[in-house]
Amino acid sequence: MRGQEARDQAERKAAMATLAQSSGDDVVRLWNESGLPSEAELLRGPETGLVTVRGRIGGGGSPFNVGETTVTRATVRLPSGQVGHCYALGRDKQKARLAAIADALWQDPARRAEVETGLIAPLRSALATAHERRRAETAATKVDFFTMVRGED
Amino acid sequence: MYVAVKGGEAAIANAHSLLADRRRGDRSVPALRLDQIVEQLALGVDRVMSEGSLYDRELAALAIVQARGDLIEAIFLVRAYRTTLPRFGYSKAIDTATMLVERRVSATYKDLPGGQLLGPTFDYTHRLLDPELAAGGDVAEPLQRETETQAMPRVSAILAREGLIEPDGEMPQDHVPGDITREPLEFPMARDIRLQALSRGDEGFLLALGYSTQRGYARNHPFVGEIRIGEVELELDVPELPFAVPLGTVRVTECQMVNQFKGSAKAPPQFTRGYGLVFGQSERKAMAMALCDRALRAAELGEDVVAAAQDEEFVISHSDNVQATGFVEHLKLPHYVDFQAELDLVRRMRAEYDARENPVKADDKREAAE
Repeated sequence: MRGQEARDQAERKAAMATLAQSSGDDVVRLWNESGLPSEAELLRGPETGLVTVRGRIGGGGSPFNVGETTVTRATVRLPSGQVGHCYALGRDKQKARLAAIADALWQDPARRAEVETGLIAPLRSALATAHERRRAETAATKVDFFTMVRGED
Repeated sequence: MYVAVKGGEAAIANAHSLLADRRRGDRSVPALRLDQIVEQLALGVDRVMSEGSLYDRELAALAIVQARGDLIEAIFLVRAYRTTLPRFGYSKAIDTATMLVERRVSATYKDLPGGQLLGPTFDYTHRLLDPELAAGGDVAEPLQRETETQAMPRVSAILAREGLIEPDGEMPQDHVPGDITREPLEFPMARDIRLQALSRGDEGFLLALGYSTQRGYARNHPFVGEIRIGEVELELDVPELPFAVPLGTVRVTECQMVNQFKGSAKAPPQFTRGYGLVFGQSERKAMAMALCDRALRAAELGEDVVAAAQDEEFVISHSDNVQATGFVEHLKLPHYVDFQAELDLVRRMRAEYDARENPVKADDKREAAE
């Protein structure tokens, strides 16, 4: 049971990460295509605020504050009772509202598969393609060193 | 007697509408869109984000266009904006070892796990102006190459295995990271607070100070252990969720400077380190920050404080370009009353001086005046 709960949390977090990283345009487009319901009561927000980004001294030492970033959050409740949250970088309030509804729908066992296949999976695959492309472009700039043999032997 | 003077409202209003006109420029030239600035002036946007201390590309682009390309004015606008927003909290510390790397170079190791990745760099360009760019031709897609799944540990971790380099930098156990946006600066300050100030500090100022250390003012024999640029994931602990909520990714530049150190009464001979971490792709700034961080550790490492770059109060008090521009630029605001007082004082002193140095001439003058 505890294992299942941990797996659920990890999956829910992964879905939230996908929504946070995706562009608002993509979220809206896929939302409309998937036909997911968007009725929900707004409990908080959408509202924009600041999160202070922390780094670590030397990369892995004690934390220090680097600077701030804009973050928009929303909390919603579905007619069926589930409460969903979104926190995402930037100031896109529409995306934050939809992502919070997606999080609430995701928690409804009857709706989870629909959210995963209609929204999360295509967003995740688009992000993966973009990341792979970026990695491949960077890899093309990798330096291959040649050893120049001097003298005999 | 003090006389208050009013006036200038119409002049100010007209000056602002003239500014709006000049900002827009020739109406037959298309107006800049923010996405054009974000995409094509990306490093200017990054500088505004890093020194404005606010990671938001569209806001930085808006600030740049509103400031007519004056980046310090844009940084000022961004700093002012961020004071209007509520604060949600402090993120979990980012992990640069898991970065989606877009550039990674080391000047200390040729062959290192993950390799040397040049990325989109100005290095090795010939710095010749490109007329084709002016003509606005199409740009080819970049080449791609099969990626390797090799991990890319930080170079500092590789050096640490030999035990010849100091660790990453630990504050005392119960230390809470300081925040210069919440508490006033106090000297001497802890390294974490110094790093926050340096990360938002003026690139030009830190560059000059870093340069001064290379030229012999607090020389500290630096090598670029590693520079890496790329996106890292950001997470925030919130009470309503049982796990840290993922916020998305931010692009940062990290510089690990490695410095030869011959040892002192406080520390054995080893490699010491300076650290730079800034928003966006800002390599020069990250390097300058790392040089200054190392120089400012002089007292901690038992070195003599002999140069400007080692003087914490001097460096940190003057590194913020919003504060600096505010104090310098206030000089152009009306100081009529101050100046009148000074004028009276200088007249009196000059009269006394003349009377002392040249009594006859002063008498002549007085007579002529009378």
